[in-house]
Amino acid sequence: MTSSPTFAPTRPQSKPRSGTIGALYAGNARSVVARGLLATRSTNYWVVLSGFFEPVFYLLSMGLGLGTLVGTVGASTGQQVPYAAFIAPALLAVSAMNGAIYDSTWNVFFKMQYAKLYEGMLTTSLGPLDVAIGEISLALLRGGLYAGAFMIVMQVLGLNLAWTAILALPAVLLIAFGFASLGMAVTSYMKSFQQMDWIAFVMLPMFLFSATFYPLSVYPPVLQWIIQALPLWHGVELVRGLTTGALSLAMLGHVVYYLVMIAVGMVFTTRRLRALFLD
Amino acid sequence: MSSPVIAARLLTKKYKELAAVDGISFEVEPGESFGLLGPNGAGKSTTMRMVGAVSTRTSGDLDILGLDPNEHGPEIRSQLGVVPQQDNLDQELRVRDNLIVYGRYFGMSLADCGRKADELLEFAQLSDRKKSKVDDLSGGMKRRLTIARSLMNDPRILLLDEPTTGLDPQARHILWDRLFRLKEQGTTLVLTTHYMDEAEQLCDRLVVVDKGAIMAEGSPAQLIRAYSTREVAEVRFGSERNAEVALLIEGIGERLEVLPDRILIYSDDGDAVLAEIARRGLHPITSLVRRSSLEDVFLRLTGRSLIE
Repeated sequence: MTSSPTFAPTRPQSKPRSGTIGALYAGNARSVVARGLLATRSTNYWVVLSGFFEPVFYLLSMGLGLGTLVGTVGASTGQQVPYAAFIAPALLAVSAMNGAIYDSTWNVFFKMQYAKLYEGMLTTSLGPLDVAIGEISLALLRGGLYAGAFMIVMQVLGLNLAWTAILALPAVLLIAFGFASLGMAVTSYMKSFQQMDWIAFVMLPMFLFSATFYPLSVYPPVLQWIIQALPLWHGVELVRGLTTGALSLAMLGHVVYYLVMIAVGMVFTTRRLRALFLD
Repeated sequence: MSSPVIAARLLTKKYKELAAVDGISFEVEPGESFGLLGPNGAGKSTTMRMVGAVSTRTSGDLDILGLDPNEHGPEIRSQLGVVPQQDNLDQELRVRDNLIVYGRYFGMSLADCGRKADELLEFAQLSDRKKSKVDDLSGGMKRRLTIARSLMNDPRILLLDEPTTGLDPQARHILWDRLFRLKEQGTTLVLTTHYMDEAEQLCDRLVVVDKGAIMAEGSPAQLIRAYSTREVAEVRFGSERNAEVALLIEGIGERLEVLPDRILIYSDDGDAVLAEIARRGLHPITSLVRRSSLEDVFLRLTGRSLIE
């Protein structure tokens, strides 16, 4: 082609913004989410699905298999529940965590270090907070999808013991949000694959020991405090209370824990993106 | 004369103690094509990042489109087009989607993005590749796509950091042609390069930067006049003999430069230089006369030793 087109002006009227938040946030996180959804088209769905199946396999082998030997277990309120119904809500929390962590750690690490995606985004009028909110929302979405599907499995197997189980859905979204937010914050400080392996090193024991497969009371007090400081335990307790109907006021504390986790993750992610790409 | 679109005064960027950019001052007029030339590590990219409102200056003044990037980063960036040194196209998206998604980052409507993307694919000669994966494009195509992407928001200033580094000659010429068209349409171009032919092709005015400071400023022709001669005669006598022959041709031309492999004689009349050498009974293995280029200016100003 030889003709040179003249371009019709399409530049959007930029709204004058001032103050610190104006430099961090353009109110356009949805464009980051839209990009993520479009990009998902090209990803391998089997990889995405594998994250969902992991906790399902645990539920089948441990809950239904091992459960026949265990019988019932006491929840934190003292209520006795069948073993499968005891571990299912924990695995529900884990599936929310897995989905959120996959997206917010490895995927974010790759986009940041190799694909230079955020670098490109931040040369536009987007701010670091737009990128943080957008990417965390995507991770949250994935965590939510895993958990929603797992919830269906639980319902089919008759492991939702109380009507409050329906509230487990917003609860797992909260959990996914918390892990997505913190996961991205942590990842933004990582520089190499070796460091990324530390995340897996923390995740596995947290998954195994956060009162997932047996009550916290089996531990000596010191160990109990450590577990109670970690995020997954709060998620497990919150969801377990809702699906088994063993409600308590402590559940509000778990909600607050996640709200703080979300806020801390957001602040650090935004700060770090700013330091990295807008030095 | 309208006010400059970029005005930098004593612009400085320090990383810890090291000054990457050390008090440079320049202005860019609207519609102008302005070049930053310099060896690797001269501070070109750092300057571009500050002008692009993605890096905060340590000291000095910087004014982009009448705004201070320290306070109005997003507003300034919404009016800039950026072509980074390394392509950072979205590998997970197809060619046309790359443009559309980028336009969305600026808050443009989907309809506007689609229309603009098609216009720009045409401009970048990529219309037949709109469904391709980015990975399947050649280096030159990727660059053209990056340039198309940078034009999605109708930028008032286009920043190009080494736009043709790593491309083959054909791809470079196609790219120059596209950039020249933008220049004709009145887009302000700011580019860094270490290719002198590129600077001569595209820049109305340029500064030579070395070690974070400006060494010279002017149009390509002005710089050649000021720091070189009209022509250069290059003669080779063989690596061993060059140095000793240099003593015998002392005084010919305005200036002599002895390199390991050849001797350069700067003069306004290169043929006269060769004639004089022959008259002195010297017979080089090869000889040629060429017009002086920015490269001569550049090497004179920044030295020939390898700078890392």
